[in-house]
Amino acid sequence: MQTLSGSSRPDQTGADTTETGRTFAGVGVSPGRIIGSILLMPQAVSEPVAGERLAERTSSDEASAALRAAAKAVQVDLGHRAVGASGAGREVLEATALMANDPMLIKAAVKLITNGVSAERAIWEAAASVAEMLHNLGGYMAERATDVLDVRRRIVAELRGVPAPGIPYSDTPFILVGEDLAPADTATLDPAKVLALVTSSGGPQSHTAIIARALGLPAVVAAVGVDGLSDGTQVFVDGAAGTILVDPGADEVALAQAWEKTAAALATFDGTGRLKDGHLVPLLSNVGGAKDAVAAAAAGAQGVGLLRTEFCFLERDTEPSLAEQVEAYRGVFDAFPGKKVVVRTLDAGADKPLPFLTDASEANPALGVRGYRTDFTSPGVLERQLEAIAQAADGTEAQVWVMAPMISTAEEAEHFAGLCTVAGLTTPGVMVEVPSAALTAASILEHVDFVSLGTNDLTQYAMAADRQLGPLAALNTPWQPAVLQLIRLTVAGSRDEGHDKPVGVCGEAAADPALAVVLVGLGVSTLSMTARALSAVGAVLASVTLPEAQQLAALALTAHSATDARRLVREKLSVLDDLGP
Amino acid sequence: MSERTAVIASRVGLHARPAGIFVAAVGELPIEVTIAMAGEPADDAMDASSILSIMSLGASNGDTVVLRADGEGADEALDSLVKILETDLDAE
Repeated sequence: MQTLSGSSRPDQTGADTTETGRTFAGVGVSPGRIIGSILLMPQAVSEPVAGERLAERTSSDEASAALRAAAKAVQVDLGHRAVGASGAGREVLEATALMANDPMLIKAAVKLITNGVSAERAIWEAAASVAEMLHNLGGYMAERATDVLDVRRRIVAELRGVPAPGIPYSDTPFILVGEDLAPADTATLDPAKVLALVTSSGGPQSHTAIIARALGLPAVVAAVGVDGLSDGTQVFVDGAAGTILVDPGADEVALAQAWEKTAAALATFDGTGRLKDGHLVPLLSNVGGAKDAVAAAAAGAQGVGLLRTEFCFLERDTEPSLAEQVEAYRGVFDAFPGKKVVVRTLDAGADKPLPFLTDASEANPALGVRGYRTDFTSPGVLERQLEAIAQAADGTEAQVWVMAPMISTAEEAEHFAGLCTVAGLTTPGVMVEVPSAALTAASILEHVDFVSLGTNDLTQYAMAADRQLGPLAALNTPWQPAVLQLIRLTVAGSRDEGHDKPVGVCGEAAADPALAVVLVGLGVSTLSMTARALSAVGAVLASVTLPEAQQLAALALTAHSATDARRLVREKLSVLDDLGP
Repeated sequence: MSERTAVIASRVGLHARPAGIFVAAVGELPIEVTIAMAGEPADDAMDASSILSIMSLGASNGDTVVLRADGEGADEALDSLVKILETDLDAE
């Protein structure tokens, strides 16, 4: 791996033939067969040790010179990227390039170096002061503080002789390989440049899987060892089988070409989810903002089964204003006039920390103050959000439903329903993701009008397996019989309550066509998924009758293992062969 | 010491693209230039080649800034910079 200034690190290319023919096995999370060369996600840049001094044989002149060279190199690199970008992205890169070599910043760092501080620590501290100064100016300037911190990471990486942080820059498309991908990493992911996603860790419901499906990229997770490969290695990725083959041959080329043809031929969703015998199963979409919503509507989604509202709150120091929220929600509602839009109230915490709301020092974030529970520690935020949702709903023609995440008891459900009534929202519901909610669904449904199963977290909690840990990937699949039982029990709870209130699924499980059949067979009434999955799920549902779906559900419930359950169901769905595995 | 004043014409004020264009132009000059909000002491003027310093000025549309420089060609250099500041760079 080369650094920008060409410092002496051996350049490893894919010409290392000891890897030829080697296969890595992981969990396939997004189908597709593709060949490409890989680029590795760089390690995150760690803070230089506080108080770090100049190395024994390094003079402050040498360190200052190294710093200037590093800053210049970063400026040049960002300048190149700016040329390749356009519009607002280009402007930001040009301004950031100037920041990298800013006289004021460098001067402040050099001053520290002259006092004996190491170059890395000096730039770290100097940039921290500048970022704070900008932050205190508020408004547009405060937002530039993050750019200064990004520049800081790049300069430190350059000084250390390691690759710059973030998604690697490349003129040509590549396959991205890393340990795991966080939402912050993938924010800048360009599907025109990235062909597939491969991680050595993570599970089927990790963020990597979610974003791969949303973008329609082949992806494999939990492929142990794959991040030991070198940049430039040619690989064949099979996102359904979950395999990565190094130095593919003619067979793989043929498979990749066949996939390209199939993907193109997949018919678009006709806008009405139904089984072969006409039993209706509305197919809705999971969206994270107005742009997603518009795309989902264009893809034929029958509504929004999950509006993730975090987009309004992320990357901010303080709560968004009522007006900001109203505008943001309306953008989504306006894309679905006359159709259902289910809004999930703020789901902060765990892998979605919000500095002003959640506590990053919790020992067990997944079991912590997250989702609905933030109302206990920061009362008021939820009430204001509900008010904003109600106001936004007033101005549009969408049918707005609202649900709270991380509800654990009937008492919480009742309290949430009360808050909705106060805000003027008439259709309250809750997410079933904590196992206790699945087991007490009948009581919960006495207080709310619907529930929606969040299978990603439900699986994590039921199987006591962290979603992000590769070694636990096999446990973290919704095909686990225990998870299917919890889904069955939730539906049974709805029937026991006496009004057959709807039980929907909005987790990743709904996007798996074979599992979608099982869910319908278990009595789930609606499915909500990333818009890209609509056509495949629609096609497979249309190939079975309700009795057939119920038989397949029974087969899955009584299977010996998750692997067996999946295999047994898929065997019976011949339509899957046409769609590609 | 040569001195010129300029009224910021860009709609967003002196940040983003306008700041970048201005700083790049200053970088091309063989002399050092300082910039300050009108009415502030010359001693507190900032380095005009530092985009971070420019941003910290917080100059908005309609604000008046003072440019100062010394040495050969200072007058012409400042004139060219004034022209940049007084063009609405957001309009492009």
